[in-house]
Amino acid sequence: MAAAPIVEIDRVSFGYDAARPVLHGVSLRIEPGSVVGIMGQSGCGKTTLLRIIAGWLKASAGTTRALGQDLSGLDDRGIFALRRKMGMLFQFGALFTDMTVFDNVAFQMREHTDLPAGLIEDLVLMKLEAVGLRGAAQLMPSELSGGMARRVALARAIALDPQLMLYDEPFTGLDPISLGVIARLIRMLNDSLGQTSIVVSHDVEECFRIVDYVYFVSGGKIVAEGRPEEMRRSGEAFVKQFVRGDTEGPIPFHYPAPAYAADLAQVAADG
Amino acid sequence: MAELRNWLERLGHIVTAKIWRLGFAARFFFYVLLHSGTALRRFGLTIREIYFAGVLSMIIILVSGLFVGMVLGLQGYDTLQRYGSGEALGVLVALSLVRELGPVVAGLLFASRAGSAITAEIGLMKATEQIAAMEMMAVDPIARVVAPKFWAGVISMPLLAAMFSAMGIFGGYLIGVQLIGVDEGAFWSQMQASVDVRNDILNGVIKSFVFGVAVTWIAVFEGYDAPPTAEGVSGATTRTVVTSSLAILALDFVLTALMFTGGTAK
Amino acid sequence: MKRSTIDIWVGAFVAAGFAGLLFLALKVGNLASFSTDKAYQIDAKFANIGGLKVRAPIKSAGVVVGRVSEIRFDNESYEAIVTFNVDAQYKFPRDTSAKILTSGLLGEQYVGLEAGGDAEMVKDKGRLRLTQPAVVLEDLIGQFIVNKAAEGKSSKEAK
Repeated sequence: MAAAPIVEIDRVSFGYDAARPVLHGVSLRIEPGSVVGIMGQSGCGKTTLLRIIAGWLKASAGTTRALGQDLSGLDDRGIFALRRKMGMLFQFGALFTDMTVFDNVAFQMREHTDLPAGLIEDLVLMKLEAVGLRGAAQLMPSELSGGMARRVALARAIALDPQLMLYDEPFTGLDPISLGVIARLIRMLNDSLGQTSIVVSHDVEECFRIVDYVYFVSGGKIVAEGRPEEMRRSGEAFVKQFVRGDTEGPIPFHYPAPAYAADLAQVAADG
Repeated sequence: MAELRNWLERLGHIVTAKIWRLGFAARFFFYVLLHSGTALRRFGLTIREIYFAGVLSMIIILVSGLFVGMVLGLQGYDTLQRYGSGEALGVLVALSLVRELGPVVAGLLFASRAGSAITAEIGLMKATEQIAAMEMMAVDPIARVVAPKFWAGVISMPLLAAMFSAMGIFGGYLIGVQLIGVDEGAFWSQMQASVDVRNDILNGVIKSFVFGVAVTWIAVFEGYDAPPTAEGVSGATTRTVVTSSLAILALDFVLTALMFTGGTAK
Repeated sequence: MKRSTIDIWVGAFVAAGFAGLLFLALKVGNLASFSTDKAYQIDAKFANIGGLKVRAPIKSAGVVVGRVSEIRFDNESYEAIVTFNVDAQYKFPRDTSAKILTSGLLGEQYVGLEAGGDAEMVKDKGRLRLTQPAVVLEDLIGQFIVNKAAEGKSSKEAK
């Protein structure tokens, strides 16, 4: 481990309000060039973790370093400067619905650079070619299928060649073919463009296929970490349940409630 | 007793929440003003929004103005001719439109046509994470999305009010002169003798400008502050129309009291 | 940046808005017809100005030649001093008389100027000596009733 980690999180805690902490004491290191998965149930705090890395939310305790900078010391301007080196793919793409596919991909180039129109056109077509949608450049986002929209959003996210890519649930709501395409693209772009990627997901199969290392988050803590094949063999109860999708395990099927019999008796008594 | 305490507590919460929101709205307003550089430097962005806020409101403004003016012509003549001063119809139509109805009715129409659209658009951009995506791309959505919409509204509103008044006076002319047969010379000359450029027309323009600021401020704020759900956006849209209509009427009262009750009032 | 169809519409919109404003200023208001740039001031004392207001027209032979610019109360003579802004192109002799008149029976009040025969013209800040106060409707009606009553009495006495 010679190179400095791209993202280093040390004992970070966070809560939207003091009564309900979302994360407590999370630590992780992400090595340059790797694709790292953060997995866990919906609502376990993995998206929150991603937002802390992006400088969106400020951790209430602990230190967060991304791309060599300590996020807690940065003001809005510093965060914005840092984000130019990051790309993020949102859960449902979040394309600008009032612009064409072309303008969506060109958005950041036009906002942040003074490149001439011809060069921007070349760059945009190159990015669209990378996701296989050069032919769709003049379509509006409403004319795209879910999978295509996700790929356009991916092209938009890599427009300025970010060093760090953040993927927020990239596989949600896609058919198996689109899902495979997105997964392959994530890996391919990561390796060919020399990026580092963080994939937040709960899709075990797709995620395990492309990541180098994976963290499991549950109840605001990291409960397990390791390479995918280690995780498959893991004896950790939560990982076992999550990887196999069992209903029995440390995560109960039932929402906390009084005993069923007691509830029925109560209903009978009220009636 | 417990019920009363409970009730008071709830009231307290509501009041605190409202004041909190008002404070946020005020801070938001200044933030928009401070981050208007992009909207003015890249004026193309604002022009695009003027198209949505102004041009698309033009039809409803012109048609409504024409009808309001025609109704004023009919009603006004009916009343005036009882006192034998039918030629004063021009004065009546022009003053009511330029001072009151032009800015106020155009403002109300603008709030429901353009204001609600602005709120819905910003709210939906927020609900579909477009605002978040923009922030993630290191682009300030207030400078890039909100400020151009704000300035477009502020620019469009006085122009729409002027069109409304002009169209209304034309409507009054159609009814009064062409249909009823008031003397055309008297209609215009009496109007010109009593409508003052500074006291009446300029004050009307100032009113419509103030309404433009109020309506677009409310609209962009409601959109930006809308909960990112379908109900959240629809609720915010309704609130935009209700709040800005009330704001127009309240501001109109205050401005009228300030402008037209001085020594020069008729 | 390229020219687009939106620009045409926005251009038309802005033009229509300014056309509306121009229409209001020129046709509805009277920006064009009278400017106070080249004007001189005359004042006159009136025993009673009735309902005269600032900005009321000054007319001579029915033509608007100026506007009332100021009305104040003179604490020595207990009369009203009215200042007129008269357009510089109109000159009046020194013995011109000023009357406060009413347009129609209940219309607004204005100042009527009736030129005299003096060879010398009124200068800026000059004063008109000959004035006639406003006719107050109540006084007029009162006078009318008193006259009628007196008439009735005298005719009775005559019988």
